[in-house]
Amino acid sequence: MSMRHLLSIEDLDREQIERILARAASFAEVSGRPIKKVPTLRGRLVVNLFYEASTRTRSSFELAAKRLSADVLNFASSGSAVEKGESLKDTVTTLSSYRPDALVVRAPFAGAAALVAGWTPAAVVNAGDGKHEHPTQALLDVYTLTRRLGTLEGRSVWIVGDVLHSRVARSGVLALRRMGAEVTVCGPPTLIPRGIEALGCAVRHDLSDLGEAHVVYALRMQNERMSESFVPSLREYVAHYQINARRLSPRQLLMHPGPVNRGVELSSDVTDSPQALISEQVEAGVVVRMAVLFELLSGAAPEPSGAAAQARPATEPQLA
Amino acid sequence: MSTPLVAPAGALPADLLVRQARVLDPRAGRDGEADVLVQGGEIAEIGASGALSPSPGTELIEGEGRTLLPAFFDCHVHLRTPGQEHKEDLDTGTRAAAAGGFCGVVAMPNTAPPVDSPELLRSLRETAAAQARVPVGFLAAITRELAGQELTDMAELSDLGALGFTDDGLPVVSAGVLRRAMQYQRLAGGVLALHEEDPALSAGGALHEGPVSALLGVRGVPSLAESTMVARDAALAAYEGARVHIQHVSCAQSLDAVAAAKADGGALTAEVTPHHLLLCEEDVRDLDPRVKTNPPLRGAEDRRALVEALRDGTLDCIATDHAPHAREDKEVPFEQAAMGTTGLETAFAALHTELVLGGALELGTLVERLTAGAAVMGLAMPRLAPGEPANLTLVDLEAEWQVGEEGYESRSENCCFAGRRVTGRVLLTVAGGAVAYRQRQFALSAA
Repeated sequence: MSMRHLLSIEDLDREQIERILARAASFAEVSGRPIKKVPTLRGRLVVNLFYEASTRTRSSFELAAKRLSADVLNFASSGSAVEKGESLKDTVTTLSSYRPDALVVRAPFAGAAALVAGWTPAAVVNAGDGKHEHPTQALLDVYTLTRRLGTLEGRSVWIVGDVLHSRVARSGVLALRRMGAEVTVCGPPTLIPRGIEALGCAVRHDLSDLGEAHVVYALRMQNERMSESFVPSLREYVAHYQINARRLSPRQLLMHPGPVNRGVELSSDVTDSPQALISEQVEAGVVVRMAVLFELLSGAAPEPSGAAAQARPATEPQLA
Repeated sequence: MSTPLVAPAGALPADLLVRQARVLDPRAGRDGEADVLVQGGEIAEIGASGALSPSPGTELIEGEGRTLLPAFFDCHVHLRTPGQEHKEDLDTGTRAAAAGGFCGVVAMPNTAPPVDSPELLRSLRETAAAQARVPVGFLAAITRELAGQELTDMAELSDLGALGFTDDGLPVVSAGVLRRAMQYQRLAGGVLALHEEDPALSAGGALHEGPVSALLGVRGVPSLAESTMVARDAALAAYEGARVHIQHVSCAQSLDAVAAAKADGGALTAEVTPHHLLLCEEDVRDLDPRVKTNPPLRGAEDRRALVEALRDGTLDCIATDHAPHAREDKEVPFEQAAMGTTGLETAFAALHTELVLGGALELGTLVERLTAGAAVMGLAMPRLAPGEPANLTLVDLEAEWQVGEEGYESRSENCCFAGRRVTGRVLLTVAGGAVAYRQRQFALSAA
């Protein structure tokens, strides 16, 4: 089944995830070449619409689009009409007049990308909607892990930290479950949302059984959580939840969505260790986002009416 | 002292005969085919079916196959006047009421500015007399600027016709301030209608705290943000002997507190909205801003408990909490969207379809609960009996329609039932003795 938008992991089945991962693997070869570009999406327009600060997600979408030869327009909320009070809907309508083929949307509100999908003829990619989902992050995490482990069937993944405020955790749990992994979320009781078990994960509040994990996925711990009394102090958080060489065994893999707060959720020794897949995750970000853009823009023929109609039909990636 | 309900000035008293309709008034124990004659805005006679004939100048309405009910009374609506007339005003809001079969509504004071002074209430009542289509009552604020600190001039507001007091939209956070209002109520009279929410537990929340909020990553409002305040205020009211009304009860825990207060003999009443009776957190999963309400839609088991409590009388009445919003307040991501749904035009049809046709509630009970808001406000209930003012609505219980297909009488279109197929249509509403609404096709066919 071809996809029209990528709004959430919840919408995807295992087959769709596997198809994106396989496509990403084929693009990985492109990234290894001296000339890292294929003409697959030449003449297509990808617009990045970012309402939150982002370095790696925005730049990896930009790089992914450029490696597929698409044109890229970056639209950030600061310094734009948004600061002059323009609504999300009006901004999307305005940008849609440029006839983009894909809109990559990040906004601080749950459901924002899904709303945008109703307002534009372009394919919409959710690059993070509030604390809800961040599907491309989950896909690149699963890609990174399957490259290292092969199948995820029966593997145990512990997601540790501020699950309450984490879209990475929510998409991650869903994607890992789809791929057959066992998922445990672990963090202070104040930072684990009530009812999270509905996603199919186990809940723990201490790291005493961390040894059962094949993979430890640490989340970013933001400083403002202290002032909101979610945790009494950084010191207390570090004492109970920091992943460090004392807690991580050498046979376990370590992941983190970045950017890392060294000395908070991760100690430097494990961050810099060969167990850490953090750089591989960043690298995977580009090829997985290439695969997502390819999936959305090259699959079905563009809709006969509207913006995409004039665009060239896409060709298969030319890897030869 | 002013009469609490403001009647539309210049409304013509109705002279009409509804012939051979099923006439249902649960309070009068009446349910059967009859003729109802209205003269000079009063119910003059109820006769055997087909026995009455119209005198010259009396309009004949064929009621065969239709049902005549006492018109409904909504003790909780937002008419947005003064200050937010782009969302609703006294004309459009009461047109919506009439189209929904309501013969009276009570407007909340959380306008811009809020109704917290005698001067404002006086001018608002003058506007209502000029613009409203059905009689309108007003609640005044409990505290100045709804700030929860200083009491309004409750006694003078009451003398000017305020039915009571509420800071609706906001809770009275301080138990001390609310206690003073309860004490002062002995002088001022009127009901204290309470929006129950502990902001320390609800802050930042946009939907019910439960599996759906966990899945969506949206901060939840736990049920106990409401139920702990209901319990607190029921205890205060019992101690002070105050007359309080709990607005828009949303969860099972609050029902326990209401039932306990009633069992102790407290003079406490409670309302529930159509959306809390018919929708739950699952309906919020796709984050449609139209289903964002305060209090939020709760769990499925809460919804079932509310229906049961409405049936057994723990909940006294249905109130729509009709909350019109402009398009730009709702065409935004869920967490940013304004809270509330319109409800006047859809309450009867939606509840009839889901609860009566669904087998959970008798039609008579639904009608009783849709009219009981008048008694909650200390007013006479609409009744179908000779000598009573004509407050009645003629409905077609079999007519199917789709919510929104013909637009709305309300100025706003943020209806949580938009697009639903419903069964049961209001054809005619007589409010305070005057015809306030005729459904278009019905009016054409009757002409």
